[in-house]
Amino acid sequence: MRFWIGALLLAIAAGALAVSGVNEYFFFAAYVVITYIVLATAWNILGGYAGYVNFGTPAFFGSGAYAAVVLFQALGAPLVVQIAAGTAMGAALGFGVGVMTLRLRGIFFAIATVAVVFIMETLMINWRYVGGATGLQLQRPEVMAPFATYARMLFFVMTVMAIAAVGIARYIQTSWVGRGLRAVRDSEEAAEANGVPTLKLKLIACVVSGGLMGAAGAPMPMYLSFIEPASTFSLNYAIGALAAPMIGGTIHWLGPVIGAIVLASLQQIVTVTISGEMNVLVVGVLLVLFVVLAPDGILGLFKRWLKSSSR
Amino acid sequence: MAEKLLQVSGVSKHFGGFTALAGVSLDIAQGERFGLIGPNGSGKTTLINCISGLLRNESGKIVFAQKEISGLAAYQRTRLGIARSFQVPRPFTTMSVLENLLVPSAYVLHLKDSEGETMAMEILKSMGLADKAQVRASQLSQVELRKLELARAMAAKPRLLISDEAMAGLAGNEVDEVLEILFELNAKGITIIMIEHIMQAVMRFSQRVVCLDAGKIICEGTPASIVENPDVQKAYLGA
Repeated sequence: MRFWIGALLLAIAAGALAVSGVNEYFFFAAYVVITYIVLATAWNILGGYAGYVNFGTPAFFGSGAYAAVVLFQALGAPLVVQIAAGTAMGAALGFGVGVMTLRLRGIFFAIATVAVVFIMETLMINWRYVGGATGLQLQRPEVMAPFATYARMLFFVMTVMAIAAVGIARYIQTSWVGRGLRAVRDSEEAAEANGVPTLKLKLIACVVSGGLMGAAGAPMPMYLSFIEPASTFSLNYAIGALAAPMIGGTIHWLGPVIGAIVLASLQQIVTVTISGEMNVLVVGVLLVLFVVLAPDGILGLFKRWLKSSSR
Repeated sequence: MAEKLLQVSGVSKHFGGFTALAGVSLDIAQGERFGLIGPNGSGKTTLINCISGLLRNESGKIVFAQKEISGLAAYQRTRLGIARSFQVPRPFTTMSVLENLLVPSAYVLHLKDSEGETMAMEILKSMGLADKAQVRASQLSQVELRKLELARAMAAKPRLLISDEAMAGLAGNEVDEVLEILFELNAKGITIIMIEHIMQAVMRFSQRVVCLDAGKIICEGTPASIVENPDVQKAYLGA
């Protein structure tokens, strides 16, 4: 209950911020940070809870973005419908990929998910309707009241999506599904021998994770007024979605949120103050530091600090 | 002979060109204490993997409580009443000992956590693990890990317990402790298949013993007759 009151307050605050006089650039940057919260939270459901490392984030993200573009091009569908379609597309891809690859373990699963990214990218490059390799310019519709600009509206929409994503991840973590996924991560054979329907649980995780990633991708074309395959299926999304939970902590739903805020904000700052190339380096350096020095992430560090100070 | 709980007939399994099991058949009665022995690589673990469902047998039938189970996934067989421990303990390392037992209580018996915890604590008490309930499974000693394997299997309330080398690598008094636990479980009506290398333990425990060699049953009988059997001596000691 406390969680949902907090979530409601956060959504109201985001709405108030979006109609306030804050500088436009803030929303432009914050949108990206919040997108990473959704991606990292989604990634953690399969990668953190179940221990299945997924490098396919761009495939799910991109499938959501392209689903939105197709609906927008064909029917002029409103944003809500685009997001619903992106979610459905991501979830469907999650199911397909899950059925085909979830029997693979460890590194083999990870490699298979990388392949999915290239398959999706190649498909889109060769599809003229959505602009092929050169991409497609999109004419944004009128922004809806009470928002003054599209970036402000998208900021609010993305915040609501992030809250929903975190709520879903939290539900999974604390429900019967969460314990089963942890059992899978610790020992899949033992989980199966103790009555856990491992394949079914992994599929649930993959579908939910893929659906959320698809949802995160759906507003992207409207945000940029443009879509093209190379940047939509960029492996930077895969690294970011994976690095944020690693940095924040994978065991708890709060981990990916903290990690995404720290990482993506830092990247935004570096992009503006130093260069766009340097921001990729930031991810690499932070990821290595955390994997080596704090494998349980910021949450793990915090827990250790709590323990040592209570002694 | 009492009612048959498990009937294995003509079960075979190959790994590439290697024949792990070549038409193994055996019946196990309700409430029996059954010993399975054989030299390394003779197919003991493959056989119980086929029974518990981690592997699928290529031919033959496995019938448990009058139900053909060869086509079922492992978790479904556990739900029917077949539980097992692993030769190399496979605890859920990021969970506490108590939580380890809540996995089968939730997924097999569909108990709420509060009910599951009560049952789990009883099991842990009976195995002498009660004071470790809140400890992370990754911090247990070898003998505690073996006991956890059995405790977790028991939390599924099985009819058949398969104990895969639960005593390997334990000291003499620890072997006695684990044996004691298995005897108690059997006294409660649970049928037990024991796979073991420690001869003195299998011989003390089992009412009936089967010896596997190269994927075939080479002899079957009472513990005393097995020890005397020339084929068994040959399989273990070489000709």
